[in-house]
Amino acid sequence: MYPFLIEILQVLILLAIAPAFVGWVRVLKCWSQSRDSAGIFQPYRDLRKLFSKDVVLAENASWIFRFTPYLVFGTAVIAGGIIPILSVDLPLAATADVIVLVALFAIARFFTALAGMDIGTAFGGMGSSREMTIASLAEPAMLMAIFTMSLASGSTSLSHMAQVILSGQPVLRPSIAFALFAFILIALAETGRIPVDNPATHLELTMIHEAMILEYSGRHLALIEWASMMKLFLFVVLGIAAFAPWGIAPSGNLMAVPPAFIFMVLKLGVAGIVLVLIETGLAKMRLFRLTEFLGSAFLLATLGMLSYFILE
Amino acid sequence: MMPEQIDLASFSILLLLLPVAVAPFIKRSQRLLSSLTFFVTGAASLLSVIAGGWSVSTGQTQKIQLLIGLPDLPFHLRLDPLAGFFLSVIGLLAFFVSVYSIGYVKGILAKRSVTSLAIFYCLFLAGMYMVVLSDDALIFLISWEVMAAASYFLVMFENERVENRRAAFLYMVVAHVGAIAILLSFGVLAGLAAGFGSFSGYTFDAMRSAQFPLEWATAAFLLSFFGFAAKAGVVPLHVWLPEAHPVAPSNISALMSGVMLKTAIYGIIRVTFDLIKVFPWWWGAIVLVFGLVSAVMGVLYALMQHDLKRLLAYHSVENIGIILIGVGLAMIFTSFKLPLLAALALTAGIYHTLNHAMFKGLLFMGAGAVLHATQERNMEEMGGLIHVMPWTAALFLIGCVSISALPPFNGFVSEWLTFQAFLLSPSLPSPLLKLLIPMGAALLALTGALAAACFVKAFGVTFLGHWRGHHRPNIREAGWSMRLGMIMAALACFCLGIFPTLVIGWMDSIPQQLVGTGLVTSAGTFGWMWLTPVAYERASYSGPIVFLGILSVVVAAYFLLHVKPGAIKRVPIWDCGFEKINQRMQYNATSFAMPIRRIFGFLFHIKEHTGIGPQSGHKAFPKKLHYSLRVRDRFWGWLYRPVIELSFWISRKVGRLQQGRIQAYLIYSFLTIIVLLVFLR
Repeated sequence: MYPFLIEILQVLILLAIAPAFVGWVRVLKCWSQSRDSAGIFQPYRDLRKLFSKDVVLAENASWIFRFTPYLVFGTAVIAGGIIPILSVDLPLAATADVIVLVALFAIARFFTALAGMDIGTAFGGMGSSREMTIASLAEPAMLMAIFTMSLASGSTSLSHMAQVILSGQPVLRPSIAFALFAFILIALAETGRIPVDNPATHLELTMIHEAMILEYSGRHLALIEWASMMKLFLFVVLGIAAFAPWGIAPSGNLMAVPPAFIFMVLKLGVAGIVLVLIETGLAKMRLFRLTEFLGSAFLLATLGMLSYFILE
Repeated sequence: MMPEQIDLASFSILLLLLPVAVAPFIKRSQRLLSSLTFFVTGAASLLSVIAGGWSVSTGQTQKIQLLIGLPDLPFHLRLDPLAGFFLSVIGLLAFFVSVYSIGYVKGILAKRSVTSLAIFYCLFLAGMYMVVLSDDALIFLISWEVMAAASYFLVMFENERVENRRAAFLYMVVAHVGAIAILLSFGVLAGLAAGFGSFSGYTFDAMRSAQFPLEWATAAFLLSFFGFAAKAGVVPLHVWLPEAHPVAPSNISALMSGVMLKTAIYGIIRVTFDLIKVFPWWWGAIVLVFGLVSAVMGVLYALMQHDLKRLLAYHSVENIGIILIGVGLAMIFTSFKLPLLAALALTAGIYHTLNHAMFKGLLFMGAGAVLHATQERNMEEMGGLIHVMPWTAALFLIGCVSISALPPFNGFVSEWLTFQAFLLSPSLPSPLLKLLIPMGAALLALTGALAAACFVKAFGVTFLGHWRGHHRPNIREAGWSMRLGMIMAALACFCLGIFPTLVIGWMDSIPQQLVGTGLVTSAGTFGWMWLTPVAYERASYSGPIVFLGILSVVVAAYFLLHVKPGAIKRVPIWDCGFEKINQRMQYNATSFAMPIRRIFGFLFHIKEHTGIGPQSGHKAFPKKLHYSLRVRDRFWGWLYRPVIELSFWISRKVGRLQQGRIQAYLIYSFLTIIVLLVFLR
């Protein structure tokens, strides 16, 4: 019974806290650029506004355009049940390992890209084309990072990986350090943050994710926005579960769940600071320089794997 | 007495010869001929699915010796799990395609006679069934040639177009170069099995029981791998494939891409795992490397295409590569005596064989429906078909999602299994392989992601947006039989993705037969819902739960947001307040692939040219812009052009012998007899 409660709790936390995390990042960004912020709760107000608005659809939008927001939202919620956020006791964790998790994000991307091409404007197609290009460069690096992480625990199941790290002594492995750096670069690309994409801009020439969803409005846009907030949150908790799971409740320990929540909030706070430091410190890259960016992510992950075989 | 599986299979082949026999008599009534053909092929295919599936699930091996054949060299047939698996894969797709063809061929009936299509369709299927059933080198090669010749005539079906004749000729040349290599390989094996003086080594049984010295076995393996690779379209022997597959009628393209290529996979597995049995690891490495190169190059070339059927044909190159990755890994694991891992990799490979047959068949049938409706193969002229062909669009989308390896459809399961096989490579004893094989996993990931990009392009440009062409034809949805064929293939894609554990349990007799251990003890430990290929702690996947989970969230979100009826306003596209948007401003196939073309451009031979047309007024406002782009296969220039030039050069030299004078020819004959008398006394 209790693992199922944890499962539901995790999904609720994902739904509830993801906007707050995005709000926290925006607040930090405002501070770092000495602007006034709208507060940590602004994303909730944005979502409420979008949900209450009517939907305006282009004349030739097909069912794909209307179905995509629900699918994107659905995959994000399911992913929240797979990643150990609070506890490794997750009934859903066994349904999918990290490779399936990556594929879940890929479905959402596939349909978002299709939705971008559905209306038949130049922006939509441009966003889809760029998004799929970046995704195909990020994928090999992501797999190498997964490979390196799975070497130490002998598993690609996330909750098992976290459990192995939790039950062992905290040691600094060079392979894991390399994989972590690679993962951060990939996560920036996958969640569409600077230097790969800028979530705050609607400038024609640089848009990627925003270009694909440009034609959305009302509750459709709300679902997509919410899902992309969840995606950012999920990549952060994925990084935490794979590289720094300390604090996540181990198997069968109900008392460790409330402290696990506090740990999670603290780690998210730190992750937000790191993200803002990266985003304010870097400028957005030209599209064709991303090859080097993602190439270096691949190289780091490969170095991680080599160092595992050579040093450990 | 119960009919045995092999009798059933033989009966289905005989049944296929029925339309061939009656076709000359009823060719006056084309409609009757076409319905008879596809009804009979459908029934025969179902019989072979039953025969094959039955023999896989029981794991039995049955043999018969035919009374026909050369004197003292009777033909042997054998149905074992491996043959049964390929028999049922071919039969299943042939069944779907036969149903589809009933409607599809109706569209051809109005234009031309379909007698040759009907005859060669049956012979082509019969040839494929015979290839997998044959148990000696003779009948194998005869069936192989029947299959190749029948498909040659099918590619030539619309022979008034130059490109079709050229494609068919190229196909014939490559098929025969490959067939010679296979013949030589069997020659080596048969000679070693029973001595070069006797003929009794031609049966596969004799080859199975023989021990081969490594160097001869290597020669036989390399020859047969070359021959089968030419048939399978492995890079760099792939050039015929994107020429020949698109020009055939679409039901034939579906069969050629979906299952004919698989007979080559069957050949590779049969020769290495069953006939030679013991091999060093680097044979597997060769297969793996060619598989990886095919996978990556195939998908990159596919991305550059704007002809829908050519794009799909290049994806066959990619998928054959993915299958070979599984087979190559299985060979490496086998040579290091790791049977469980070999079983995993082999299962991944043959599972992908089945999956690829289903989704590629579906996609070619969908492309055929589009071609049928629009008379257009060029994607740059299409768009918005989802509104006029909703069924075809939805079914084609299922094919796209499956081939892009997205859960919960079938392509994902086999790629996931291949990844798991890769992730287990650290248990290999050789440090070099430990370091290098994971790079293959990264290439496979690249392939999967590029395939997704390619199918966003294929589906997005063909079915979404607005019609891009200048004149919009009157488009109608495909008929019921075509839809039914596609629906069944789509259902197969879905079921193979949702119930992988059941499928793996069914096909478990194949790894048991070939590598000595099955996977089901580890793959099905937790019941049909859970796929745990090695161990529960290692990795697990549950197709049904992922599917139901996403479905329930989608449904819940939909109903929660539709508690009160929300208004949806339909408006014209926002054109940013400028001039009216027109359909030529959409992204098309060329522009979609532009970033990838730029990043991986060094792999292609690209000629890009932008020209400015006549100007009126200021120089900055030209009336017209011309843009031309040509992306070519580099292999053509590197590998084929020199061979072609060399053969022309030799033929010119040899041509000097032709004097046209009878005296000269008499001297040639005289000299030949003298030489023969001297050497063959």
